[in-house]
Amino acid sequence: MALTLTKGNEAIAEGAIHAGCRFYFGYPITPQNDIPEYLAREMPKIGGTFIQAESEIASINMVLGAAAAGARVMTSSSGPGVSLMQEGISYLAGSELPALVVYISRIGPGLGGIAPTQGDYKQVTSGGGHGDYYTIVLAPASVQEMFSLTIKAFELADKYRNPAVLLCDAILGQMKEPVEIGPRPDFKDISLPDKPWALNGNAGRKSNLIKSLYLGDGEMEVQNWMLFDKYKKMKQEDTYFDTTDVDDAELLVVAFGSCSRMAQTGIDMAREQGMKVGMLRPISLFPFPEKAVAELSARIPKVLVVEMNTGQMYKDVKVNLDRAADIHLYARPGGGLPTPDDVLEEIKKIY
Amino acid sequence: MSEIITPATEPKKIMGRPRCLNDVTFHFCPGCNHGNVHKMIGEAIDEYGIQDRTIGVAGVGCGVFLYNYVDVDVLEAPHGRACAEATGINRVHPDKIIFTYQGDGDLAAIGLAETVHTANRGENITVIFVNNTVYGMTGGQMAPTTLLGQKSTTSPYGREFMGDGYPIKMCEMLATLEGTAFVARVACDTPKNLMAAKKAIKKAFKMQIDQMGFSFVEILSACPTNWGMTPKQAYKRVAAEMIPYFPLGVFKERTTADYM
Repeated sequence: MALTLTKGNEAIAEGAIHAGCRFYFGYPITPQNDIPEYLAREMPKIGGTFIQAESEIASINMVLGAAAAGARVMTSSSGPGVSLMQEGISYLAGSELPALVVYISRIGPGLGGIAPTQGDYKQVTSGGGHGDYYTIVLAPASVQEMFSLTIKAFELADKYRNPAVLLCDAILGQMKEPVEIGPRPDFKDISLPDKPWALNGNAGRKSNLIKSLYLGDGEMEVQNWMLFDKYKKMKQEDTYFDTTDVDDAELLVVAFGSCSRMAQTGIDMAREQGMKVGMLRPISLFPFPEKAVAELSARIPKVLVVEMNTGQMYKDVKVNLDRAADIHLYARPGGGLPTPDDVLEEIKKIY
Repeated sequence: MSEIITPATEPKKIMGRPRCLNDVTFHFCPGCNHGNVHKMIGEAIDEYGIQDRTIGVAGVGCGVFLYNYVDVDVLEAPHGRACAEATGINRVHPDKIIFTYQGDGDLAAIGLAETVHTANRGENITVIFVNNTVYGMTGGQMAPTTLLGQKSTTSPYGREFMGDGYPIKMCEMLATLEGTAFVARVACDTPKNLMAAKKAIKKAFKMQIDQMGFSFVEILSACPTNWGMTPKQAYKRVAAEMIPYFPLGVFKERTTADYM
C-alpha cells in the first residue's frame, strides 16, 4: 500500500473517519488544532457533524449527549482544555458511555506553554475527574500508530462502554511521517456494535435511561464494584506493550510515546558501543502492562525509566518491579527533551 | 325521601393522568409546581403523539428525577450542561423530539454559557426552565434569579445588588439572539396562568416539531419549602413579587424557520 506523508494530528482525524466516527465536538487549543480543522473540512463531505463548541466543557457534554444517543463520537484537546473536560469524562465513565478523547499534551501547569510533555500521564491514568473510575489510555509513538490506535481506542471504548483517551504530545501531533492509511471505507462497511441501551425514542421497547446518580442505600457501592470488574477485564484482555532487544538485555529502558522514540535511538547507540540494552514501551497506559514490568525486571535487574515529566510513570513501574531489580529515572519535565545522547549518558552511568 | 339517580350513560372520563406519565407518586414537596410542569409536558407529548420519539434531558436539581415520572428515553446531564447534551443528541437524531428540564441554578448560573450558545445555534430543541428563585434540591441557596432583598440560606440578609448582582431575566436575554424561535414566560400561581403555561409548553414542542429552532419556556414556580411559606402564601408571592420583576408573556415567536 502507498505511503503518504501525514501529520500526526491529521492521522488521528483520518483514523476517526476510518473508524466510523461521524460526530466531532471540540474547542480550539494549541497544539491540537489540526484535528478540528481537518474534521471541519472533512465531516460535511461524508455526512458527519462538526461543531466548534463554546468551551471544552460544552464539547465534552455534547460528546456525552451524542454517545448516549448511540453514536461513535470524539473530541480532542490539550492540557487546560482536558482539565475542563474532566467533569464530563467522569460522567461518561459513571454513565458507562463510550467516547474518544484525544489528548495532545502541552507543558503545564497553568497556561504553561505549547511545547511537548508527558506531564499529563498521572492525570489521565488515574481517571482525571472525581470518583473511583478509570479511562482506557492508549499512547501511540508514531504517526502510523496515531492512525491505528485511534481506531483501536474507539473499539475498546465500545467494548467496555467506557471513555478512552488517546494520549499524545505536541511532538507527535505536529510531526510528519510516512503512513499507510488506505482508502476510506464506506460508512455502511464499518462494523459498529449494536447499542440497545442508546437513547433514540422508546418505540417498541421500554424507555431507556442513562444516568450516574445512585442515591439508594448501597447502590453506588454495587456500581463501583461493577466498574472495578470492568477495569479488571481490561487488564486481562486489553493490555498492550511493545518490546525491543529484551532477550539478551542487561538493562531495560521503559519509555512511552514520543519519548520512547528518542530513548530507542539512545539504546541503538548503546548497542553499537557493546552495551546490551532493551526497551519496554507501554502502549496501553491504562491498563498498565504490570505483568510485563514484573517479568522483564525479574530477568533484567537494571531498569531505567525515561520520561518527559518529573517521574510519573516511574511510580507505576516501581510498584510492579521485581524486588531484586534496581530502578533509575531520567526525567525531563517542562518541555525538556531527552536527546539520544542524554539517554546514552544515563545508560552509561548505570550499566 | 331519597332518590337514587342513575345516569343514562356511563360517566365519561374527561381528565386524567397523561398516558406518558408513570403511575407513581411525585416526590415533590406540597405546593411545589414541578408536578404541574411534568403533567403539562406529559399532556403536550400525548397530544402530539410523540412519546415514542421524545428524548428528555434532566438537569441537576429537584427536576433530576424526571425519568421516574415521564415515560420517555431520558439522559441525566451534569449540572448546567443539559443544553450541550441535548445538542449532541439532536445532531445524532435530528428527527427526534428533544427537551431539557432545568432549574434556575442549573440553567442560568453554572449552565449559562451552554444555554446561551445552544439558543444562539438555533438548536432545534425545547428547553423547559423552572424558575423558583432558589436552589431547591441543595436546600434553598441563592440562585441567579433570587429577587433583590430575598433571603436565602446564602443570602441570609437578603440579596443585594451591590454584592450579588441583579436577578437574571433569561427570556429577555435569549429573545435578543437570532437563533431563538420561541421564548415565553409563564407562571403556575393561578388556574388561568396554568392554562397559559400549558399553551406555551405545547407551542414550544410544536415549534420543534415544525423544525423552527430553539424554543424556551420559563415557568415561574413556587418553592414553599425553601421560601418558608405555605403553598397559598407562596403562590401569592409569585403574583406579588415574581411576576412584577419577571413579566409574563411571549417574548419572541418566529413564523418562519431559518432553513426556509
